Amino acid sequence: MDNLQALLEAALAAVSGAEELQQLDQVRVQYLGKKGELTSLLKNLGHLSPEERPKAGALINEAKTQVADAIQTKKAALETAALEKKLSESSVDVTMPGRGQATGGLHPITRSLERIEDIFKSAGYDVAEGPEVEDDFHNFEALNIPGHHPARAMHDTFYFDPTTLLRTHTSPVQVRVMENQKPPIRIICPGRVYRCDSDLTHTPMFHQVEGLVVDEGISMADLKGTVAEFLQGFYEVEDLQVRFRPSYFPFTEPSAEIDMQCVICLGDGCRVCKQSGWLEIGGCGMVHPNVFQAVGIDSEKYTGFAFGMGVERMTMLRYGVNDLRIFFENDLKFLRQFH
Amino acid sequence: MKISESWLREWVNPTMDTDTLVAQLTMAGLEVDGVEPVAGQFTGVVVGEVVSCEQHPNADKLRLCQVSDGSEQFQVVCGAPNVRTGLKIPFAKVGAVLPGDFKIKKAKLRQVESFGMLCSEKELGLSEANEGLMELAASAPVGSDIREYLNLNDVTIEVDLTPNRADCLSVKGIAQDVGVLTRTDLTPAGIPTVTVEHQDTLPIHLDAPEACPRFLGRIIKGIDLNRSTPLWMVERLRRSGIRAISPAVDVTNYVMLELGQPMHAYDLRTLHSAVRVRMAQSGEKLRLLDGTELELTDNSLLIADEEKALGLAGIMGGEHSGVSDDTQDIYLEVAYFQPEAIAGRARSYGLHTDASHRFERGVDFELQNSAMERATALLLEICGGSAGPISEAVSESHLPKRHHIVLRKERLAMMLGMKLDDQEVLDILTRLGLKAETIETGWQVKAPSYRFDIAIEADLIEEVARVHGYNNLPTRSALGAAALKRSHEQNLSVRNVRQRLLSEGYQEAITYSFVDPKHQSLLDPGVEALALLNPISSDLGVMRSNLWPGLVNAIAHNLNRQQTSVALFETGLSFVPHSGGLKQEAMVAGAITGTRTPISWANTKDKVDFFDVKGTVERLLDLGLGSQAFEYKPEKHAALHPGQSAQIRLNNEPVGWIGLIHPQAQKAMGIKQPIYVFELQLQAVLKQALPHYQGLSKYPEVQRDLAFTVKKGVNAANITSLIRSKAGEYLLDLRIFDLYQGEGIDPQRKSIALGLTWQHPSRTLNDEEINSWMTAIIDSLEQEVGAQLRG
Repeated sequence: MDNLQALLEAALAAVSGAEELQQLDQVRVQYLGKKGELTSLLKNLGHLSPEERPKAGALINEAKTQVADAIQTKKAALETAALEKKLSESSVDVTMPGRGQATGGLHPITRSLERIEDIFKSAGYDVAEGPEVEDDFHNFEALNIPGHHPARAMHDTFYFDPTTLLRTHTSPVQVRVMENQKPPIRIICPGRVYRCDSDLTHTPMFHQVEGLVVDEGISMADLKGTVAEFLQGFYEVEDLQVRFRPSYFPFTEPSAEIDMQCVICLGDGCRVCKQSGWLEIGGCGMVHPNVFQAVGIDSEKYTGFAFGMGVERMTMLRYGVNDLRIFFENDLKFLRQFH
Repeated sequence: MKISESWLREWVNPTMDTDTLVAQLTMAGLEVDGVEPVAGQFTGVVVGEVVSCEQHPNADKLRLCQVSDGSEQFQVVCGAPNVRTGLKIPFAKVGAVLPGDFKIKKAKLRQVESFGMLCSEKELGLSEANEGLMELAASAPVGSDIREYLNLNDVTIEVDLTPNRADCLSVKGIAQDVGVLTRTDLTPAGIPTVTVEHQDTLPIHLDAPEACPRFLGRIIKGIDLNRSTPLWMVERLRRSGIRAISPAVDVTNYVMLELGQPMHAYDLRTLHSAVRVRMAQSGEKLRLLDGTELELTDNSLLIADEEKALGLAGIMGGEHSGVSDDTQDIYLEVAYFQPEAIAGRARSYGLHTDASHRFERGVDFELQNSAMERATALLLEICGGSAGPISEAVSESHLPKRHHIVLRKERLAMMLGMKLDDQEVLDILTRLGLKAETIETGWQVKAPSYRFDIAIEADLIEEVARVHGYNNLPTRSALGAAALKRSHEQNLSVRNVRQRLLSEGYQEAITYSFVDPKHQSLLDPGVEALALLNPISSDLGVMRSNLWPGLVNAIAHNLNRQQTSVALFETGLSFVPHSGGLKQEAMVAGAITGTRTPISWANTKDKVDFFDVKGTVERLLDLGLGSQAFEYKPEKHAALHPGQSAQIRLNNEPVGWIGLIHPQAQKAMGIKQPIYVFELQLQAVLKQALPHYQGLSKYPEVQRDLAFTVKKGVNAANITSLIRSKAGEYLLDLRIFDLYQGEGIDPQRKSIALGLTWQHPSRTLNDEEINSWMTAIIDSLEQEVGAQLRG
């Protein structure tokens, strides 16, 4: 038994000196295995007197436990070290760019149109669409613009034949909805429109969004409130000032131009609003009784309002774009700014 | 419409400054486009008189003048061709400052001293006229400040009028509106009747009374058109943007600006026996004052005599019958033409005149007599002569009716969202010149002869709202609809489509719906595209029949700007003419070129191929009915590579195309790299089936693989449909996991490997069943498509 202490010290030193799991296992076998040196001591207990046996047995078992614990601890340490080594070998430069496809982005006009639709849909409006190659009736006649009306000169119409044309506004969609649906009507009509005009501030195709509400008791107060709240919502300016100037559209009476406070300078005066503090943003009015008559709605029972705005202009003001024509060049360097 | 503020204030003079006045006009619907000073900024310029004028000793083209400012004489060197003794001119004395901060100093010109400068109109910022010195009237008071003398401390107000406000195409008309807006009374301007000094007249025949219901003529004899138009009139015309020409023309223009009545003066010598207002005969010829030779259409109204056309009624006079310097007797025409008879005619001849602009919008049909008297008086004052009686031809029944309209209080309050004070409403109506009478329900009014835009109650509501001020009306918060809406689950939104394509790496584009006919025929050769009659340019001449021309052009634009990989998509209408008319169909289309993924250390540098686009299309179709519902049929499209194109079908109906742009078309469009495209009917993409639950099987799946070779011409869809037809009803999944052609197999053949998975809903499938299906599949593959099983 004298050598128990020496054996224990040797075992612990071997554990501590093990550098790999395999080596550690050899240590375990050498001391604690079936034929291990400590295990063998137990087998030799028979040589001792019955009085000595329990005490010696306890001492040997205690030594075994001590070695086993040391092995366990060492094993955990070696495993941790091995894992750390492995992890360290498989580390990557996390600052390198990722793999795969780039994503595209919406065209800024679509981006605006979707926001506009969201605002109106939240108030129960439907989105209505219609043909872009239109007939004279829906684009003009039904809108109280007969053949030689001077307002036709304001429209610069593209024609295919004397009665077929590219719609000059999205109002024909309103007409088509009113022909097919009884009031109450709450719609917006977004879409492409066309005018035979091309220069720095005009493109022959552009986008409009028009709105139409027809119901009993609709007044100019409703029109003013709706237009103002829409613009405040679109530009996210709580108290954006909106004013209405009398104007003329054959399909509304009364008619008004919509001016809003300049969203660039908030009314202080800047280059964009030509120092006036105001920007023209669209037209509106109360639906003309002749229009109701053309679509078969009783103008005594129902009244309604309509408004229209140019989506390019709204978008330019929203994002500070100062070139209209760039919208239709589809240059990736431009489009990617709206991702 | 341009008028000078001082002229306007002669008619109505509200106590407010220019800015306030202009703001009020704008806010009342008479939008002021600009306010410009009538002259440049200058000081120190007086009326000077050239007392003597001699040749400059050292210069051929210069004159040496003595100029008086009324108290002193100054030596001035002048190079103007019209300088002469006795002339009165604007004289900028030493110390004067001319527009552009140009200071006049004592100067030496060719060794001769000069004290000041004689000025042209241009030098004073009055006009572009720079032919010579501005010649002042002989009566101009020498020494007085030129700004005072010419009343140059004035501005021109330019009003952008909407087509309904024809009544404001005159000083009188704008003054009337200003009077209403500012609650200011107009300064009455009586028009006296001219003394008739001879009895000569011409008979007038109204052959087309529905087009011309009123025509007045008057002969004025013995006038001297060599006299010059007085400076005050020249100045007023100038401030309205009209150049003075000769007294007869100037007077008619002046009356048009003042009262709104266009009129015309003829040389009496050229008129034969009578005036006839008639429709033109088709093909009849007329040479206009500006030299334009017209071949007339029979919807044009003419002023004619018994022999020939004299002028295009309400638009422009003829060259032959116009006045000239030696005209002594003139015939003045003042007529009322119906807007419908004039509208569009000028434009149809490529003309637009001050007269046609007014007549097609509506001229006061009770104005003709006073306009005639006013013009006669002015003409006699300037040119002398004697006036004959006014002869008037009128067809009362064809004159416009003055509408009687009822304005209901309740309707007014409902439309405005507020009740206005009755007295205010009555005051507004009255000042507008509407003879208003209070009745129980509101007011009964009679529209004035100059307001063509007031015919129904809504017009009166607008007038009341306009004068009260739109911005003084209440505002009500936008109310939403009361009922909740349905969510249409089986119709996807186009937004889903866009989002899917964005995540596929496609950038949204918006291109013109009209395209170059050359590109259109390259990219859809089978279709005769719808052509515009009046395209903005020839390269935007036809409507696209598919969305590829715009997308391919946008790709070209980007490739020309150093981009190497571009993927674009667009949604919008295509326009396909067919026997029953025009089909306008919403499409979604994409085009891609360059590398599959962005150039990056982590990505391959592989170029896109057919299966990249197909993958995108499959994932797009998975949004809705699922790509399995669609069939890709190898079909030829003239714009696509014959071996890399497919028609996409749903329920055997074509719904789109996919493929590689034909190399010839690509080359013809000047593009150097291949472009893959697809196009689908949006409706086919947006349809969606409602998911329908099926219980999950608890029994094991059985998998078998199959590898064989077939001739290259056998397509995968044939093979898979054959397999499906023989695989029994429990086939769960079938996928092609390998395709090989090349070394080791017959060059005419390709090797295909497929994985098949079966599962039964309520029991375990046994080997015999699976083996029997496999045998059936292999047999039919061998027989139908010549498959050779691989070991």
